Amino acid sequence: MQLSTRHLLGIKDLTAQDIQLILDTAAQFKEVLQRPIKKVPSLRDVTIVNLFYENSTRTRISFELAEKRLSADTINFTASGSSAAKGETLLDTVNNILSMKVDLVVMRHSASGAPHFLAKHIPAAIVNAGDGINEHPTQALLDAFSVREKLGTLEGKKIAILGDIMHSRVALSNIYLLKKMGAEVTVAGPPTLIPKYLQQAFGVNVSYNIEETLKWCDVANVLRIQLERQNQPLFSSLREYNLAYGISRKLLDSLNKEIVIMHPGPINRGVELDSDVADSKQSIILQQVENGVAVRMAALYLLAGKRSEN
Amino acid sequence: MKTILSNEQLQLTIQRLSHQLIENHYPFTDTVIVGLQPRGIFLADKIVNSIRTSYPAVKLHYGKLDITFYRDDVHKELHVANQTTIDFDIENKNVILIDDVLYTGRTIRAAMDALVDFGRPAKVELLVLVDRRFNRQLPIQPDYTGKAIDSILSQKVTVDWEKPEVILL
Repeated sequence: MQLSTRHLLGIKDLTAQDIQLILDTAAQFKEVLQRPIKKVPSLRDVTIVNLFYENSTRTRISFELAEKRLSADTINFTASGSSAAKGETLLDTVNNILSMKVDLVVMRHSASGAPHFLAKHIPAAIVNAGDGINEHPTQALLDAFSVREKLGTLEGKKIAILGDIMHSRVALSNIYLLKKMGAEVTVAGPPTLIPKYLQQAFGVNVSYNIEETLKWCDVANVLRIQLERQNQPLFSSLREYNLAYGISRKLLDSLNKEIVIMHPGPINRGVELDSDVADSKQSIILQQVENGVAVRMAALYLLAGKRSEN
Repeated sequence: MKTILSNEQLQLTIQRLSHQLIENHYPFTDTVIVGLQPRGIFLADKIVNSIRTSYPAVKLHYGKLDITFYRDDVHKELHVANQTTIDFDIENKNVILIDDVLYTGRTIRAAMDALVDFGRPAKVELLVLVDRRFNRQLPIQPDYTGKAIDSILSQKVTVDWEKPEVILL
């Protein structure tokens, strides 16, 4: 078994078999992470650069830990404090790093399509760790892994993606993945934060009513309001957003059923998610983070295996 | 195609291997059995069953080990990982590794690497059903052998657990 692609640029390019393979491999890596020695020698001969042109806590740490657990050598690059600040182009920076014999590039960039651009110009395999408002494939994979772990399967499950759909790469990757794996998807949030043609383009349901959506779903994946990507006001205030679209304990209790609450982090407490929901037993937010390492190990391991073919 | 072990011979061999383990390790207080994924599990299951049938009172620890992530040929060929379940401590225990065919020795090398990540065993022994004794690429030898055979590289040993029999192709 092999992945059908040599880069992980987006869920868009993966087949259902690829996704299945990554999730199944991740399950084995999760067992490795429970051992006294949480490390395997698989990627001893691989060097990976983590190229972060945008801020990150979870994703960067998670990738770095995944690489170390696979025994790969790692270098970390962050745009601030590098020569990118002096005006060096992305391609120049990467070519300089690659000339030091690097095999794999993990990259996050605020421009959508930046990793796709790089993939056309460099020989190394690329893992997209989030590009602008396009995709964040490893987040969607770890979300899927967490749902599968909790509910057994993705097929036929009702998944709601709530909040700032417009600016969320997590939303787009999740939609691609869930549709490929046979789940039902509803996106919900304020009309200004939901792109117009989502229903036609992806076959997802669109709703502007949070309560109805919560009543429908098995899992609610709640997204962060991405104020840094909104250059015009799209709702009147954070407080009003919380009242109309935020998830409170009271709202959850009124559903008369237990749904699973997810969030890719970082949480804006008291905006999209109230604290007593985020920290409740229904929430699997910290399991998502835990699973992230295993899922990223699987993706890197499978891509490194693919690398040799070329 | 040549039959190495027929159905009947295979049953006898499994019986003998089980009794050799009982002779050396009874009552298995400091000994655990670890089968290698994926193909060693079939043999390990049968040996563990045989010991448990002979001595129902014995509390035998039996785990499964997958060595995919420890292979030395990740860059050549990708293998699908299988489940590892070792839910007991192997520290200071005698570990009996079980696999179906011992060939180059590379799988066992990887298995020993994987095993020590779970703790430091007092001793590790190796049990195999078929030992292809002239094909070794590493200095590894079995402690318990079902049948030793002489074969050349181009031949293939297949253990068919459905019939069951062992054949040389």
